[in-house]
Amino acid sequence: MERNIWLYILVAAGVSYLVRATPLVLIRREITNRTIRSFLYYVPYATLAVMTFPAIVEATQSVWSGLAALWAGIFLAWRGRSLLFVAVAICVVVFGVELVLV
Amino acid sequence: MTNRQKYREGMADGVPIALGYFAVAFTLGIVARNAGFSALQAAVCSLTCNASAGQSAVFTLVGAGAGYIEVAVMTLVANARYLLMSCALSQKFAPGSPLLPRMIVAYDITDEVFGISVAQPGYLNPFYTYGAMSVAIPGWAAGTFLGVILGNILPMRVVSALSVGLYGMFLAIIIPPARKDRVIAGVVAVSFLLSGAAAYLPLLRGVSTGVKTIGLTVVIALAAAILFPVGEEGQRHGA
Repeated sequence: MERNIWLYILVAAGVSYLVRATPLVLIRREITNRTIRSFLYYVPYATLAVMTFPAIVEATQSVWSGLAALWAGIFLAWRGRSLLFVAVAICVVVFGVELVLV
Repeated sequence: MTNRQKYREGMADGVPIALGYFAVAFTLGIVARNAGFSALQAAVCSLTCNASAGQSAVFTLVGAGAGYIEVAVMTLVANARYLLMSCALSQKFAPGSPLLPRMIVAYDITDEVFGISVAQPGYLNPFYTYGAMSVAIPGWAAGTFLGVILGNILPMRVVSALSVGLYGMFLAIIIPPARKDRVIAGVVAVSFLLSGAAAYLPLLRGVSTGVKTIGLTVVIALAAAILFPVGEEGQRHGA
């Protein structure tokens, strides 16, 4: 079968959009069930935390620079620093630590 | 605040996202090139899919000669967490609000754009998300495009440093609420622990990251919902 990359892109784009749009379009009302509401309330925190660790440690060249970035990120976010500040600062931390270690 | 101001605010918050995207997309572009995608094809894929894990799965599968159905199923699995995020975001829209804004916002439900949108106080003004999207999506596509063209020119040190930017944003989203709410702090801590355990347990080695993310999210958020249900007084929207 002749493979067409554009067709693959179309398939991937279609599936990606349907996954994202279906709940948003179908759930038009406020959910009143307390457990479901609570579940959805906690979803972002659980999912973002799960995606952060241990991925942050595996993204860098050294486990130590990743751990340093994690610690610095938690510390700076705890102190209420902005999104951009935390993001840039921990990139700098990784660069600095790896200058010494790698 | 007017829609215009909200749009600007969204753009400002979209800048760090776009920068982080650019770096990640750059490395994704390298994967795309190895799979036989041209720079244009990879950039169009980024413009239309907006998904790091999803696209990386697509590129890898196409490179390995998989069929269209396999690619469709894998895209579904890798992006299934957006199904949950979309459910959560549906509650950030005022009841009975029109369809079109929902359909536009849905287009860019990514970990980061979702994260900042759901963190907006009260109901979401979609113009905030539009602003973030208008910066984040081009950053994502441009990064992919350049990744294909420039390949491995960036020094490894720089790629390594840039690759944590996204996680810095995640932390900036989840840590401040965790400081105010001990249950959220517990959810974050347990998520770190279980996610770390899941990554290194030999039993779960064969399970993909996407599936682990969904599984852990459902288990942890459900446990928190049952043990610590959220009060009625609009606490949800204060997130």
